[in-house]
Amino acid sequence: MAFQGQQVSYAYDGKLTALDRVSLAVNTGERVAILGSNGSGKSTLLKIMDGLYFPTDGTMCAFGTPLTEQAFQDETFSFSFRRRVGFVFQDSDVQLFSPSVWDEVAFAPLQLGLGREEVIERVGGALSALRIEKLHDRAPHHLSGGEKKRVALASVLSLDPDVWLMDEPTAGLDPRSQSWLVDFIIQQARAGKTIVTATHDLNIVESIADRVYVLDEEHHVVAQGTPTQVLSDRALLIACNLMHEHRHWHAGRTEEHAHPHIHIPLHTHEHP
Amino acid sequence: MAKIIDTSPRPAQSSSRPRRNIIEHTLADISHTLEQSLFAEEIARRPGLLQSLDPRVKVISILLLLIAIGLSRSLAVIAGLYFVTLALAWRSSVPMGFFVKRVWLFMPFFTGIVAIPAFFITPGPPLVQLPLGLIITRTGAMTALFLLLRVGASVSAGVLLVLTTPWNSVLKALGVLRVPDVFILILGMTYRYIYLFLHTTNDMFLSRKSRIVGRLKGAEERRLIAASAGTLLSRSLHLSSEVYLAMQSRGFRGYPRTMDTWKMRWVDWVWGAAMICVVAAAIWLGR
Repeated sequence: MAFQGQQVSYAYDGKLTALDRVSLAVNTGERVAILGSNGSGKSTLLKIMDGLYFPTDGTMCAFGTPLTEQAFQDETFSFSFRRRVGFVFQDSDVQLFSPSVWDEVAFAPLQLGLGREEVIERVGGALSALRIEKLHDRAPHHLSGGEKKRVALASVLSLDPDVWLMDEPTAGLDPRSQSWLVDFIIQQARAGKTIVTATHDLNIVESIADRVYVLDEEHHVVAQGTPTQVLSDRALLIACNLMHEHRHWHAGRTEEHAHPHIHIPLHTHEHP
Repeated sequence: MAKIIDTSPRPAQSSSRPRRNIIEHTLADISHTLEQSLFAEEIARRPGLLQSLDPRVKVISILLLLIAIGLSRSLAVIAGLYFVTLALAWRSSVPMGFFVKRVWLFMPFFTGIVAIPAFFITPGPPLVQLPLGLIITRTGAMTALFLLLRVGASVSAGVLLVLTTPWNSVLKALGVLRVPDVFILILGMTYRYIYLFLHTTNDMFLSRKSRIVGRLKGAEERRLIAASAGTLLSRSLHLSSEVYLAMQSRGFRGYPRTMDTWKMRWVDWVWGAAMICVVAAAIWLGR
């Protein structure tokens, strides 16, 4: 098993609850989506799974080892964990802190002590896989949003992790980049990688997940199931603020429907 | 059918420039800085003499040039070294007008102010008699001229390096001067995030501009600036903790490991040797 969380709670500054007794399990090679509205605790959960935050209550285990501050004091464990788990942050600007694209992609292999030739090979491979070789000497602040996301993915791909943790990967991307990113996730899954994606983009869930956990606005896991089971439960999606009722125009007449945050073909209309 | 919007440029409505408020000033300054950065990056990517050299060789040769300019006691030698920087700029596709203006436009404001007293207080034979009993001495004029030329030539050499080398390569090349990796990493991150915050500030001021009608009073402008600075500080604190997490997530444990992929070619060695000769000759001639 890749991850097992038991009754995980987390509160910022000990006061502001972000997660409340969340339990989840992610099998090796599985694709899991964590669905929840803004502020439901998805990002915090991913950070706990990446050993960046530690639960204020409960336990999170990765590959059978509890993720604790003490565990990360051990250089061998820390090295092995960082080597196996890659995290793609929601905001690419957070992840792109190096002065050039090449340095960014080389950062992780270098920190993990890989040799010069291997670093060069991995960086070249990652840049080529994401088709951004031409950007290698560019500064991050001169890149577009889609290019930044590709570089952020390349900076993790150069690690070749067993597990990808992705926080809102399609946020702020244009439709073509979104579609490309979904293909990338599918490609990684086919290569046997474990993929955990936090999102509220219902459009992509069926393509990127075999199983879905749903977080509500009270920071609890309120449901889990296959994408089809979860997406067809309209009451659940509305209760968790992943879908809302609203009124809009359709070819000259006003109608009321339930809609996800981003439109998906859950309903069709006969247009005159 | 959707109506196509005409996006072709419109002629200016009026040639008179209205007085700008603090928001418009800030927006114009940010936009100018971003434009300059893009322009400098574009020059650094042009084919040219300095652009083709290894950044480490460039950093060392410019440093040697600065030492020669600093040590020389001959006006002719300093002027000669300044013309070397002009020739290098020309061979490196740097627009000459832009290069000269960038150095000399602001010189009077900085060095000029420092140099003015030297005209009058340096003892020596009189050169020009001014009203109110003020006398410009020949020695004073020479001292001021030395200072202006020395600073102008040094700034030109520095600007040349920055214009013909992407900033990230300049920083990386500092490693050859034994600047610690952690210092280079911090400098690089500072430079990278300055641009992010410039964009953030730009957006903040644009959003203010969209909600303000008429002119702001002085106190309101000061309040606006203080509020914007506070917001930026708070955002930068949040960003810094997120960036640290992103670094940790990719294996950072407090001491950075870096590497470069530059390889010295024969042209770099030849250039290095040539610069050593030029600098040695300048120091000898200007001793």
